[in-house]
Amino acid sequence: MKRTLFVISFAAVLSACGDKPQELQTNKHDAPAYAGTGKAFVNSDWKQGDKASWESHQKARSQYGQNDYTRMN
Amino acid sequence: MARMKFVCDAERCIECNGCVTACKNEHEVPWGVNRRRVVTLNDGVPGEKSISVACMHCSDAPCMAVCPVNCFYRTDEGVVLHDKDVCIGCGYCSYACPFGAPQFPSQGTFGVRGKMDKCTFCAGGPEENGSQAEFEKYGRNRLAEGKLPACAEMCSTKALLAGDGDVVADIFRTRVMTRQKKGAEAWGWGTAYGNKEPGSHGQGAQDGQGNQYGKQVQQGGQQ
Repeated sequence: MKRTLFVISFAAVLSACGDKPQELQTNKHDAPAYAGTGKAFVNSDWKQGDKASWESHQKARSQYGQNDYTRMN
Repeated sequence: MARMKFVCDAERCIECNGCVTACKNEHEVPWGVNRRRVVTLNDGVPGEKSISVACMHCSDAPCMAVCPVNCFYRTDEGVVLHDKDVCIGCGYCSYACPFGAPQFPSQGTFGVRGKMDKCTFCAGGPEENGSQAEFEKYGRNRLAEGKLPACAEMCSTKALLAGDGDVVADIFRTRVMTRQKKGAEAWGWGTAYGNKEPGSHGQGAQDGQGNQYGKQVQQGGQQ
C-alpha cells in the first residue's frame, strides 16, 4: 500500500516537471507542386496529382515557351 | 527530374525590368520589397551587360546553413522555400546570401524589420497549395498550377530562363553554340537574337555621328 502511494505521489510530483516540446518546427511537409491546387487557374494540359504528368508538362512548357531556336533561325 | 533553376542570358537581357514588374504584380509584393531586380554592369557604356537576379535556389544554400530557427526547407524540385511563421526576421540569411535575395519589409512606426521575403520560384510556401493564406504570405503558387515562374514566362527577349535544370541548360547551350562567340565578341543585336551572317553585328546601333557601336567595340578590343 505504502509502495503504491509512493509511486502515485512520485508520479504526480514528477508530472509537474513535464514540459511541452520546444523544438523548432518547420513545416517541411509542404504539399508537392504536382498535387496541384484544385483551382480553375491550373493549366489543363496535365493531370493534377500525377507526378509524371506534371514533370513532362513542365519540361514541354520550358521548351516551347523559352527555346526560340525551335521557332526561328 | 532535375532541380528547378534560373539562368539569365546576359547577351539578351535589355534591362527592361519586365521580370521585376511581372514578379511584383503576380505576387502582390509590398512596396519596398523586390524579390527580383536587374543589375547592369558598365551602365551607359556600349557593350553594357545586364542580368536579372533573384534567389538562385542554391543546392547548398548558405541561408539555410545560417538560419538560427531553421525556417528554410527545400522541395523535391530543389526550390528553396521558407516558413514565415518560423522566421524571426534576424537578417542572417541576408548577410549570408551572395545574391542579396532575402528582403525585409519595413513594418511599424520605427521601421522594425519584418519577416524575410524572397523569390519562391513561384512555388508558394508551406500553406495549402493555392490557398489564400499561401498567397498572402508567399504569393501565387504557379508551379502547382502547371506553370513556370512569371518572371521567366514574361521575359520578352527570353533572356531569363526558368525550369528543369537539364532543359534550361540545353536551351542555353543551343544558344551559345549558335552564337559561336564569347565575351566582347558576343555583343550586338544580331548575335543575341540570331543573324544570318555569323560574326556580324547586324545593323548595329548608331550614335548621332553615325558611328557604329559594334565597330567601336571591335576596334577597342583589337588595340
